[in-house]
Order: sequence, then C-alpha cells, then structure tokens
Amino acid sequence: MISPGPFFLDQIFFIVAPYVAIIIFLLVSIRRYRTEAFTFSSLSSQFLENQHHFWGLVPFHFGIITVLLGHVIAFLIPREILAWNSHPVRLYVLEGTAFVAALLTMLGLTSLIIRRVTDPKVKKVTSWADWVVFGSFVVQILSGVYVALFHSWGSSWFAALAAPYLWSLVTLTPDITYVTAMPWMVKIHIISAWLMIAFAPFTRLVHILVVPNPYLWRKPQVVRWYAAWRAFRA
Amino acid sequence: MNVRSQISMVFHLDKCIGCHTCSIACKNIWTDRKGTEYMWWNNVETKPGTGFPTQWENQEKYRGGWELVNGKLQLKSTSKAKTLTNIFHNPSMPSMDDYYEPWTYKYDELFNAPEGSDQPTARPISMVTGEYINVEAGPNWDDDLGGSPVYAESDPNLKGLTEEQRQQLFAIERLVFFYFPRICNHCLNPSCVAACPSGALYKRGEDGIVLIDQKRCRGWRACVAACPYKKTFYNWSTGKSEKCVLCYPRLETGQAPACFHSCVGRIRYLGVLLYDADRIEEVAKLPNEQLIDGHRSLVLNPNDPAVIAAARQNGIHDSVIESAQQSPVYKFVKEWKLALPPHIEFRTLPMLYYVPPMSPVMAQREDDTVSSVSSEFFHDIEQSRVPLQFMANLFGAGHQGKVVYALKKQKAIRTYRRAKTVGDITMDVAERMLREADCTVEEAEAIYKLTSLCTFEERFVIPPMHREEAIEMMREPSEHKTSVGFGFMDAPQRGL
Ligand code: SF4
Ligand code: SF4
Repeated sequence: MISPGPFFLDQIFFIVAPYVAIIIFLLVSIRRYRTEAFTFSSLSSQFLENQHHFWGLVPFHFGIITVLLGHVIAFLIPREILAWNSHPVRLYVLEGTAFVAALLTMLGLTSLIIRRVTDPKVKKVTSWADWVVFGSFVVQILSGVYVALFHSWGSSWFAALAAPYLWSLVTLTPDITYVTAMPWMVKIHIISAWLMIAFAPFTRLVHILVVPNPYLWRKPQVVRWYAAWRAFRA
Repeated sequence: MNVRSQISMVFHLDKCIGCHTCSIACKNIWTDRKGTEYMWWNNVETKPGTGFPTQWENQEKYRGGWELVNGKLQLKSTSKAKTLTNIFHNPSMPSMDDYYEPWTYKYDELFNAPEGSDQPTARPISMVTGEYINVEAGPNWDDDLGGSPVYAESDPNLKGLTEEQRQQLFAIERLVFFYFPRICNHCLNPSCVAACPSGALYKRGEDGIVLIDQKRCRGWRACVAACPYKKTFYNWSTGKSEKCVLCYPRLETGQAPACFHSCVGRIRYLGVLLYDADRIEEVAKLPNEQLIDGHRSLVLNPNDPAVIAAARQNGIHDSVIESAQQSPVYKFVKEWKLALPPHIEFRTLPMLYYVPPMSPVMAQREDDTVSSVSSEFFHDIEQSRVPLQFMANLFGAGHQGKVVYALKKQKAIRTYRRAKTVGDITMDVAERMLREADCTVEEAEAIYKLTSLCTFEERFVIPPMHREEAIEMMREPSEHKTSVGFGFMDAPQRGL
C-alpha cells in the first residue's frame, strides 16, 4: 500500500498517521485508566474563577459537541446527508447550524484562553499540556472555519469524499485518492485531527472518555458493602 | 424492616468552648496538602454568624439539599437532565471567594531583609498563586462575633426574627453567641451522593460513612453544590473532590476520630445507631414540622428483640448490636430527646445531632437590658438571650417545640443538680421542674453523668468494624493484613 513516489507524504499523513494515532490513543488511554485512574479528571477550574468561566466553557463545549456530532453523523450516514443537501434550503440550514456551532466554539475557546492567561489563580493550574491542547484546538477550529467559508459546501463534500476515506481506514483498505486532491487547508485540518487524537490520552482530554452517562439510569443513592456476600444481596 | 448500622454523633453545644482544637487536629491529619489548604472538614463557627463558606445555610444562594416538588424529592442543585447541561459550568458551584484564599507568610523575608531602620515583616502570600495578597477573608473571619454588623447580621437563621429581637442580639451589653462546630453529617439521604454524575460518592453499607472514591471522581463538582452543609470540597490542585472521612482508618482500629479525640470541651459523643433503611425516603418526604419526629422514628431500639433479630438477619454482627446498646448517641437522641439534627429541612437526614446550647443561664432579657433577676433561679427559657426562633431555625426546621423541650430539660437538670449540691433551691421546686420537663430523677442523673462526668469510653463507643470478616471470602485475612496499607499505590497527583 505504501510506496515511495509522488504521494509518499500523503501516504504518511493519511494512512500511517491515522493508524498510529488510533493505536496510541487506545493503548495509552487504557494503560492510563488502569494504572493511573486518579488522573482521570475534568480538572475543572471553576472553583478558582466562577464568572468568566461560564462565557468560555459553555459556548465552547456546546459548540464543539455540535460540530463533532456533525462530523460523526456525516461519517455514519453520508448518503442521507447528500439527499438532505439536494434541496438548497435544507443545505443552508445545515451549513448555517454548523457554522454557528463553529463560531460558538471559536468564541468560547478565545474566551477561555484569555481566562487562562489573565486570571492569576487559573494560570497557576495551567500546564504545558493544556497549552498543547489549546494550540491544537486553535489550528483545528481555524482551519475548519476557513474550509467552511472558502470550500463550500463542506457538508456535501465531506459526505462524498471524507466519509469514504474514513470508511476505507475503518475497513483496513486505506484509499487516499479521496484526499490527495483536496485543498491544502483541508489536509491541515485532517492531519491536525490525527495529531490531536494521538496526543489526547496524555492530556486532560481524557475526561471525554469518562462522561458520566450512567447517571441517567442509576438510583440516586449509592451504597457499597465491604462484606463480599453483602455486595450481592444489597 | 431493613436494619442497618450507622456510626452517629452528638455534639453537646452547651459544652463547646470554641477553642478550634478539633479543626487543627483534622487539618494536621488530612488537609495540609496542596489544594486542600482552604478546606476545613471540621470547622467551628460563631452563631450568629455567616459561617464557612460564607452564608452556607442560605440555600437560595447555594442551592444545596433536597426539596419537595409535588410530593417528590428532588435535588435543588441538579437533576438527571440538568446534569447534562450544567456539567460544563455548574451554576450552583461556590467559588474560592465564598470560602477564602488560603495564605501563608513569607517568613524568609524576616531573615533576608537588608539592614535598615524598619523592623522586617513577613508579608502574607497566597497559597494558590504564591503572590502577595491582602488577606480579606479567612475560615473564621467572624469568630466571637468579630465584625458582627457585617457578618452576624447576615446569618440566615435570623429569618423570622423581629427587628427588635435582632437589635437585642447585637446590643453591646446584651450580646450573646455560641459555637457551632461542624463536620460532615454522614447523612442517611445524602444529597452529595445523589448528585454525583460519576457515582464516585457512596455510603458504606456497614457503618454509614460517606466517602468519595478518589479514583472514580472526575471533578464534575456536583457534590460540592449539592451538599447543603458544604462539607464536600473541591481540591483545585488534583481536580478531585474531597470530604470528611470520619477518620475511618482510626475507627477501624478502634480509635475515635481525631476531632473527637482531641475535643477539649469533651462535647463530642460517638456511637452506633440502628435504623430502618426501608423508611428513609418516606421520612425524607415528611412535611417540615414532622421531620424531626420522623427522623427519630427511623432510629430503632437496639434492645428490642425484633430489631435484634432483624439486624442479625441483615448480617449485623452481635458485637455491633451490643455496641448500639451502649451507644451514648442513642441516649441523647432517642431516650432523652435532647439532641436535634441541624437544619433537618434540607432533608438529607443528618446523623450528627446537636444538643442545643443554653444561653447564659443567670441572665435574661428584660425590656431593654439584661437582668439577672428572674422569677426562678435560672432564666426562663422563653426569655433566653438567644431568641428561641433563632435556635428553632437552626435545629427545629423553624419550629420551636423540640428546641424548647431540649432546653427546658437541660434547665430542669441544672436546677435539680443545684438543689442537690448547693441547696439554695428547694428539692420541691427542682422536682416540679423536672416533671414539667418530662424528666425523671433517674434520667436527670444519667444525663448529668453523661454530660459532665463522662469518660473517654462512655463518650466514644466504637463498634468493632470486622473488616477481617468482610474480606475472608475473598482472601485469607492474615495474608491480606501484610499486604495492604493506607494510601495510594499510585501518587495522588494531578494529571496533565
Ligand atoms: S453533610 Fe450529608 S450531604 Fe453533606 S457531604 Fe456529608 S453526607 Fe453528604
Ligand atoms: S475542640 Fe471541642 S470544645 Fe474546642 S471548638 Fe472543637 S468542639 Fe468546641
């Protein structure tokens, strides 16, 4: 699959990088969860600064979740997305929503970066890894917004080109013909995504892996028994 | 009947001298680490006062505890749906400003200062940022009514008091206060546990101690918002929440918790209560005025054969049942009805009870001064210098009945003991007062003994924890003993 030639770099970035990233992601996350469970935390700094916090964290999280969800949906059901986009009005609605979400993310991110540098207490709990995370988000979001603005319509060509590329990775038959011809900004967006995935398990981003969904169905009170036999009866 | 055992506590406020020894004992053992400097798992507040964190009792502000909505029990701060939307920014979360920014002093400046005409000083520096700070708040900023026009007057318990009663509390010659030491109440219906999205908080089945699993906590900080007593704290350095552990490593080895052990006023009692876990929800839903009775009715008589049988069936060890029969807490709470839960209207069913304090006994309120003459030797409870409504807001969910009962009984016992030892009150009067206070002579003697002459063993009746039996199905206990210790296998350090 990988051969020297004109597309050598593309092969590194779009075939080797994703697999390496995903393997690192899985191995490191699992190892970290098993041996350093204590470090799995959202590392919230709301306690140190409670006002500005809202204006950064809330738009950022709602924005990024919407954007990510959009990517995942277009990856899972590309045909339906294309069908939806066949009507201009529906296309505008979809693109508009995505764009608003991206703007929210951008504003939120800006606000929380400002908070990180201006509040002395919050600054104190900011590590170098946090700056790597912020930096990669900046690259990711700026490239994403650029693509959305200048290479329209992203939702359609994502479904038509990026989704098949991703599926080709999933099915272990990587096919980069979909991406080699893409504009360089799109390529940056994809490459930096792989980098982020590889780096995520070393950072605070692991909190995404432990979103507390069981809360939705568990009973309000939790009792733990030390006696082994009680654990089953209770 | 689903009998469970709970290590419960009584603080006898009439005996607290406000020395803060308890707080220091706790701090030295548990919270002298980075990120915990501001925490006081045990703190002692002056009442009236705003407490720690400031105005913690004001649930309009902090939204802690439970509320009844259409007959259903709901957390004030969160719900299943709200947990999803508020997880990024918790609107009910207090910030460090509500507590205080911990500080130390730059002592080296005392030694390194260049020679000059001024005395060198050690300026305060923040323990968070390391920068110089102006200290503007502390854990006990309003100790002994310091700054009371600002602090004590904002005490949420002053609600419902007339302007005149408030004035009287603070007029210089009539000023009155008492101390209110607080730790986690290890509640039966803990809102901290119910709020945790990760399920990291739990109540230990065997002894009812409420703990936070440090490996499951993700720093969502819902417990901090949900505890109406503000007894879970967020460690800003590790990104995990922490709370009072009732010194369980000490309890498991038969020692009283550090704050109990060190208490100078000997105000603290600890012992087992057996309770009916099936009725918790039903009781937590009672209307305010029935809460105290309901809460008391959860506590079962450890001498009742039916209770003993049900306890045994539930796997409660005979030695724990015996311990429950000796429990000083049972006497104060159930037999004598002297000890009351704090702010039961928060509906977490706290298992730390307080004997409400008597005001200065020789003086009472007159029209505009304090007078030390009374129709009886000690002042009338109704005329006591701390208005009853204030006490009722703290210990009676706003209702005075139970508080008056407890205070009257204490007063009757004092009168009785005075009649006996000093003799300037006749026994007739004393016995009449005991009768009026629903107290027999024997009971009065027993209360007097356990209040004034109690030994260490009488105050702390610690049940054997039987950890060896708990693990024996999984491991050989003697082998287990040589392979475990307290603390972490991996360091409790903040991740990147
Ligand atoms: S006082 Fe009650 S609600 Fe608060 S932390 Fe303790 S057990 Fe939880
Ligand atoms: S050590 Fe005892 S007497 Fe002293 S403040 Fe604490 S509870 Fe009160």
